[in-house]
Amino acid sequence: MITLLMLVPLLSGLMAFLISDDGRRRGLLVAASALHLALTISIFVARPEIVPGDWFGLDALGLLFLGITSVLFFGASVYAVKYLSFEKYDPGEDSDEGFIFNNQPEAVFIGCLLLFLSAMTAVTVSRHLGMLWAAVEATTLLSAPLIYFHRHKRSLEATWKYLLICSVGIALALMGNLFLGAAGIKAGAGLDLESLLSKAAVLDPAWLKAAFLFLFVGYGTKMGLAPFHTWLPDAHSESPALVSALLSGALLNCAFLGILRAAQVCVGAGLAGFTGDIFILFGLLSLMTAALFILGQRDYKRMLAYSSIEHMGILSLGVGLGGGAVYGALLNAVAHSLTKAGLFFVSGVILAAYKTKQISEVKGLFRRLPKTGILWLAGFFLITGTPPSGIFLGKLMILTAALAGGHYAAAAAYLFFLAVVFAGLGRIFLEMTFGEAPQAGTAGKLPGESRQMLIPAACFFVCVIVLGLYMPGWLTDIIYGAQRLIGGVI
Amino acid sequence: MHTTAELIIVAIILLDLSLAVSGSLATCIRLAAAQGVIAAILPLLAGSGAPESRAVIFSSTVILLKGVIFPWLLTRARVKANARKDVEPFIGYPASIILCLGAFAAASWLGTRLPLPETTRVAWIVPASLATIFTGFLLITTRAKAITQVLGYLVIENGIYVFGLALFVEQPLMVELAILLDIFVAVFVMGITIFHISREFDHIDTDELSQLSDWHPQRDGEAK
Amino acid sequence: MKVVAQYLMVLALSPLLLGIINRVKAFFGGRKGIPIFQLYRDLFKLLHKTPVYSRTTTWLFRAGPIVGLGAVLCALAIVPFAGRQSFLAFDGDLILMVYLLGLARFATVLAALDTGSSFEDMGASREVQFAVFAEPAFFLALAALARGTGQLSLSAMFVSLTPAAWQSAAPVLALVTAALFIIFLAENSRVPVDDPNTHLELTMIHEVMVLDHSGPDLAFILYGAALKLWALGALISCAVLPRHSASWFVDSGGFMFMMFVLAAVVGVLESVIARLRFLKVPYLLFTAFSFSVLALMFQAAR
Repeated sequence: MITLLMLVPLLSGLMAFLISDDGRRRGLLVAASALHLALTISIFVARPEIVPGDWFGLDALGLLFLGITSVLFFGASVYAVKYLSFEKYDPGEDSDEGFIFNNQPEAVFIGCLLLFLSAMTAVTVSRHLGMLWAAVEATTLLSAPLIYFHRHKRSLEATWKYLLICSVGIALALMGNLFLGAAGIKAGAGLDLESLLSKAAVLDPAWLKAAFLFLFVGYGTKMGLAPFHTWLPDAHSESPALVSALLSGALLNCAFLGILRAAQVCVGAGLAGFTGDIFILFGLLSLMTAALFILGQRDYKRMLAYSSIEHMGILSLGVGLGGGAVYGALLNAVAHSLTKAGLFFVSGVILAAYKTKQISEVKGLFRRLPKTGILWLAGFFLITGTPPSGIFLGKLMILTAALAGGHYAAAAAYLFFLAVVFAGLGRIFLEMTFGEAPQAGTAGKLPGESRQMLIPAACFFVCVIVLGLYMPGWLTDIIYGAQRLIGGVI
Repeated sequence: MHTTAELIIVAIILLDLSLAVSGSLATCIRLAAAQGVIAAILPLLAGSGAPESRAVIFSSTVILLKGVIFPWLLTRARVKANARKDVEPFIGYPASIILCLGAFAAASWLGTRLPLPETTRVAWIVPASLATIFTGFLLITTRAKAITQVLGYLVIENGIYVFGLALFVEQPLMVELAILLDIFVAVFVMGITIFHISREFDHIDTDELSQLSDWHPQRDGEAK
Repeated sequence: MKVVAQYLMVLALSPLLLGIINRVKAFFGGRKGIPIFQLYRDLFKLLHKTPVYSRTTTWLFRAGPIVGLGAVLCALAIVPFAGRQSFLAFDGDLILMVYLLGLARFATVLAALDTGSSFEDMGASREVQFAVFAEPAFFLALAALARGTGQLSLSAMFVSLTPAAWQSAAPVLALVTAALFIIFLAENSRVPVDDPNTHLELTMIHEVMVLDHSGPDLAFILYGAALKLWALGALISCAVLPRHSASWFVDSGGFMFMMFVLAAVVGVLESVIARLRFLKVPYLLFTAFSFSVLALMFQAAR
């Protein structure tokens, strides 16, 4: 069943390269993602047992992230159908700098999208840390062409930065894996989770600490933690909207999963204090970076990218604080992915309508694209954690745990940065939504609001609001299971 | 045996130093290839007596990849991109050498804190691998060309490879071959991207790929 | 008695080295070249000439060559011969040797500055600049050797060095030898650091400092240069060919053969390589420095 989960997107991705009809290819995309979602749901209901020593298996942590990835991808594929048909007939034009550009062949795009899904699935189902590493490397290499969909200078620059920085980061993560192997040599542990967790107590602590550091830096680069985040704003702002949604909502989580697996082993070995401190430090650093760069931001997609960095910081902070904060962090992960994906989808509609990414050029969303404007504003409230957003619950849990654990300084910094981010985001979102609509001269070029492109965003937002009001039992179970796993249990 | 392995480690470190200061792109590619090939000879020295056939096949694959295929890919990228020959580093010769030597000293100190299991007999593997990784980082940050950045990535992987050899002395196959495959695909993709960059920008100076940033100079008359 | 005989032999044989270097260069140039014993004839001729002193010079100018020769003679007394004790050996004598050579250089530089000509000043400043980079490298190389053999006296170091050392500590010894060789080239003003044959204004370093000396002074300087060549070369030869037999004759024969080979190598190098730009010479010395540092680090961790 699990192999099927990876094979379906892999095979459909390879087929997409061969299909020449656009409509059929897009249909394949939607069908494959629907099948993937169905398989995920059935695995969730059936919960196959984890065979020890197997390379693939799904525990609660993996299942949580797999679910997020699958749902996000399905929404993205629905969005993609309309998006790609727009891109086909509307010549690429960038009114910021006034050049016209081509797009990548659609076959390559859809093929890489499906292969990308397969790689991300492999990350979530890996029980062997070497396999996890290879899958994360594969996601980097497969998502680079996706970023370069619009073929112009800025996206090329973004692709190059992404490729180089993430590859170097993953090389460091490889070093971390080797250190982990060194830690386990005397105990005879391999690199699979079972043996590492069962022998955690006898692993060499010096090697283990060094391994965690390297794995944290390596996968943290991929996750977008400051100060390794430099590729993130460029890559997430230059790629097409649905790719940004997948990168922000799914890929960052998968990278976080890599760090969490390492943390599992360390906590099992009794180094919880060490890992907790590192998580908290880099979490706060990411929050600070995001806060600094959101103020005075001029590009709304970059703003969303920095908001992703902020939320990755919150995740790291939550896991570092331990206890109830871990639950809050995981809930935040779910809610953030859904909200950020929705926001990126809406931003794609705005970009198609206004043809510019500058905030100063986009005004009067309510007047011109009313549905989009409502969703945009709703997204703002949800992402900043206004109740009844699920993100609000997550942030509140982290705050409570911080105060209960006595981390007063961290809680104060956390609140301060959240407030700064709220202020920055608020100014930008409100500026864009309200105000006078631009002149009628440009109105003729509007493709209008496409319902198909807005429906996935609306659905995601509704889910997040529901999460804020009522937590379904199955979700609570999974998050509790994941929380226990992070505590070092096998 | 012991001494030959030590000599190879010294050669790797000397190649690090020469990579850090060399100013010609073709030389850099050759030095990185030489480093990969020399490091590939190390597993043949592990164990006593004649090396077993598995180790020989493995070493020859690595030598083929790192000594022939990677330099060929990079040279092709360089020729297609019409790269100018010089890649003078931003920091001067003495500064580069001192940084590399300092990194080696720091790596040696780290090496004393991370004791290797008794199966490895060459004590310098951890410092050499860490110093090589540092040289790779130096190459990436102090050079302007996209190809040298890919070279820096390859040098980092050389360092990781040497470290892997220290640990998995008896079974280098699975781990290292998988890593090599990943590197090959990564270099391939990077080569394609470099080609695109040269076509789009008419140069491969990553120093000038700085349009995307958040630091905007103040412009007059902007309503903010 | 043997140590005195060794010393006298060295005093007698060192001018031969320069002859060999010149002969090898001539061979590469397709010429017959200067006779090997030419330097002896030059010294003899110069000793019988009357020196000419400029009116602007003081006693420093007259003292320079004498102090230089004296310092090098003392340094030579410390340098080992064929892996055996020299007659002035004591713990820590390696520091004394380096500083004696430094004293010789200092005397030459002072004499050059004393002439008051900007020509000599230029040469002096260049020479001292190179010395700044060469001395740390020299010290660290000797420190690596000292650490390796556990001795603090030059002679004792090379006495305890055996061919087996090359097998067990090959990397360290190779690095030290490479560093010493580069320093040898730098201190003796050979190519690629300085061309001993050039007399163009902009390219001279060492020659320009000795341009104004004549008669016996010049003889002392030339002889001192030959002795310095031997002193530094002896270190390299002892490192490359350590003592391997108990017989004094066999070892001395091997040692002297090694010295002549070293001179030939220098000759070949001078014919084949071009001289480096001034800006690049510190880089070469930095390379020597890095070799020494690496050797020391490797040795320290054993």
